[in-house]
Amino acid sequence: MEQAVIDQLIEIIGKENVKTGVADKLAYSYDATPNFQALPDCIITPRSTEEIAKIVKLCNKEKIPIVPRGSGTNLAAGTCPTQGGVVLLFTYLNNILEIDEKNLTITVQPGVITKDICDAVEGKNLFYPPDPSSMKISTIGGNINENSGGLRGLKYGVTKDYVIGLEAVLANGEIIRTGGKLAKDVAGYDLTKLLVGSEGTLAIITEATLKLLPKPKAKKTMLALYKKMEDAAETVSSIIENRIIPATLEFMDQPTIRAVEAYANVGLPIDVEAILLIEQDGDYQSVEADMLKMKDICLENDAIDVSLANTEEEAEGLRQARRTALSALARLSPTTILEDATVPRSEIAKMVRKINDIAKKHNVHIATFGHAGDGNLHPTCTTDLRNKDEMERVEAAFEDIFSEAINLGGTITGEHGVGEMKSPYLAWKIGEPGVELMRQIKLAFDPHNIMNPGKIFAKETRKRVVI
Amino acid sequence: MRCGFCLPACPTYVETQDEVHSPRGRIALMKAVRDGLITEYEEVEHSLNVCLGCRACEPACPAGVNYGSMLEEARAIFQEQKKKSFKEKATRKVVFDQLFPNQKRMKQATGLLSFYQRSGLQKVTRKIGFMRLFPKHLAEMEKALPKVPKGIKRESNYFPVNKTNEKTVAFFTGCLMDTMFFETNQSTIKLLQLAGCNVHIPQTQNCCGALHGHSGELEGARQLAKKNIEAFEECEADYIITNAGGCGAFLHDYDHLLRDEPEWKERAEVFASKITDFTSILVDMKFHEQNTLQLTEEIATYQDSCHLRNVMGVKDAPRKLIKSISNVTYQELPRADQCCGSAGIYNIVQPEMSNQILDHKMEDVKGTKAHTIVTTNPGCLLQMKLGIQKEGLQDTIRAVHLADYLIEALQEK
Repeated sequence: MEQAVIDQLIEIIGKENVKTGVADKLAYSYDATPNFQALPDCIITPRSTEEIAKIVKLCNKEKIPIVPRGSGTNLAAGTCPTQGGVVLLFTYLNNILEIDEKNLTITVQPGVITKDICDAVEGKNLFYPPDPSSMKISTIGGNINENSGGLRGLKYGVTKDYVIGLEAVLANGEIIRTGGKLAKDVAGYDLTKLLVGSEGTLAIITEATLKLLPKPKAKKTMLALYKKMEDAAETVSSIIENRIIPATLEFMDQPTIRAVEAYANVGLPIDVEAILLIEQDGDYQSVEADMLKMKDICLENDAIDVSLANTEEEAEGLRQARRTALSALARLSPTTILEDATVPRSEIAKMVRKINDIAKKHNVHIATFGHAGDGNLHPTCTTDLRNKDEMERVEAAFEDIFSEAINLGGTITGEHGVGEMKSPYLAWKIGEPGVELMRQIKLAFDPHNIMNPGKIFAKETRKRVVI
Repeated sequence: MRCGFCLPACPTYVETQDEVHSPRGRIALMKAVRDGLITEYEEVEHSLNVCLGCRACEPACPAGVNYGSMLEEARAIFQEQKKKSFKEKATRKVVFDQLFPNQKRMKQATGLLSFYQRSGLQKVTRKIGFMRLFPKHLAEMEKALPKVPKGIKRESNYFPVNKTNEKTVAFFTGCLMDTMFFETNQSTIKLLQLAGCNVHIPQTQNCCGALHGHSGELEGARQLAKKNIEAFEECEADYIITNAGGCGAFLHDYDHLLRDEPEWKERAEVFASKITDFTSILVDMKFHEQNTLQLTEEIATYQDSCHLRNVMGVKDAPRKLIKSISNVTYQELPRADQCCGSAGIYNIVQPEMSNQILDHKMEDVKGTKAHTIVTTNPGCLLQMKLGIQKEGLQDTIRAVHLADYLIEALQEK
């Protein structure tokens, strides 16, 4: 990037908000995705939508990439500045603007931490359900751009189900507002939904209005233990089949349980093959009834033990422990590569079996955990980037997993996004015409390809070996 | 693993919201230096210098990354490579090679401070505004320094107890603790005796080496570690007790410090396994149940010592002891697990960040409406005193070390 452009950035937002030091560039050269790192040209911290509009206009004129970044917890290399350019931070755009108790909405700036939103509304007896595992540090802007899911996805849906209005800066510097505090709105294309999950490739989101729910009155948590992984997976399908939608239905296999327990020390049994973490919320009576029914279903499917958490602290300990699963697995090896292939929930048992077969076939270690209740699994390879031979086998295994997920009617990514990591596989899911349509949409929004370039669209689609 | 779960636990990230001042960012920088991606060492060093070394990122890390030792080693490498200016070299030499390892000199140094305070010189300098000539933060710190006790001399090096089921412990006195906070050490010994411990005080013990280790002077730290291991091997105690979280954590890590020295490795492991914080042993030996503790009605709060909590894993015992004092209402300090900004000599070398952290800490303290802030480490104690003074709250809030607080509450003294 030329000094002249940096000078113009400084003119717009001031010297203290434009960083070009090597340490600064390095610290913003990565996100949470292994094996992706690239230096940006500068890092900027604007303080208003208007400043962002001016910056985008400048970058559009100079054809400089802009990568919007929250806390960098992305798992698909969506916020790694692989084409250099400007990393745009929301450090100063981190305010909750309004909690509207009449319309049950909250309006926030992109830099607000997800958990702070949850806490703020729960204080008013309201509820914001999307709860990605990184919610303690992830920002709502990042969640919106990735359409993040979480533990409560099967009952409450994901981020897109709660975003009802947006303010965004387009590539030409125009500011648009979509949606609003509206339960119904069919005025033209649903641009809100289009922007949610667009991974920063269409526009810079600068404000969001989110829908809130009344906070459920009661909540109960239980843990079911299994000798066989398949029994746990069968339980999942059986619960849904029995017309119960629990708030949480999480799965962990033995390697995951052991790693998590080594960190969290919450008393998880390390000698069982699999556990399910089950939660239900709602009014007291129906929670009670659902929990009893689900306990029976667990036992019918050969659970060796089913026990309720006695206190909210105990329950929170279990949830917290589950959220650390991916990071805790890093205790086993220097590198953990995880995927989030997702299948219809009726196919979960089949998918779990397939993953095990694939791991054996390619001689790699795969630990599996995930949101079993919504068919969203996180098979995680514990490996070492420096081991070239093994890395090739890991890649081959993941290709098989993607392929298998699609065969079962699933998708290559349930909640982490395509980013740069999964872009070579996008066509597997949506076909070449699908990718081409998306490309045209991108072109209409961003003709100079400055908005987070290199993400979603790959230079080349990976060849799929149909098995 | 770069999940970023450490970010919200890091006080400097919380203050700056800047990845450069986060554990994940610092590790990326260290790695970049190692991989030769970066040659601008000054920028990296700045990031490492702003790190408090509180190690709050470690318990927050599901992957179990040992940040503390990475930091120490990185600092040591920078220390070796950097061409030190003569002045810095000289100060470092005095502080690290002569002052801290030498208890006698330490006593002389605090003796000078004592003279300064007692002679009226302190009053005079304050009056004529002499301290105004110094940077503001040093002037403030000068005011917060506690009165140095008059005669620093212990009547004996062994304090036996007449009780069955007693344990034999060796007490690590610490350099700052055994000079500026001599009384606190006396309190600790008394508490240990009351709990049923025979207390040895090995005479050849030395500075723990934490200040050296944290500043990249690893070789100096190793020398001190060896001296201490030898000193404590002689008295064959069940436990080695510390009452300063900072020292305790460093002693606790001696096995790591000496892991590459075959003739010391095992001895260091034995030593490290005996390190116990005084609050843990008091709770284990049911001191608080066997003694009546009572004060006049007040609210107390507790600021964790980072290293006691994050490295030694002690968080419940100090709280339990405070809660066992009758008439004292314990009020948990929000974010008590976040560093107060003292962090060894951090508040002297990084005054700006330290003050920012302290200001936020004092906001939290005020929220508790506490009359007493209890701490378990001399650095924290001084910092809290400084915070109280900066806020002009000397008349309503005080800061005490837990050992002194317990002695104060002890009914039959």
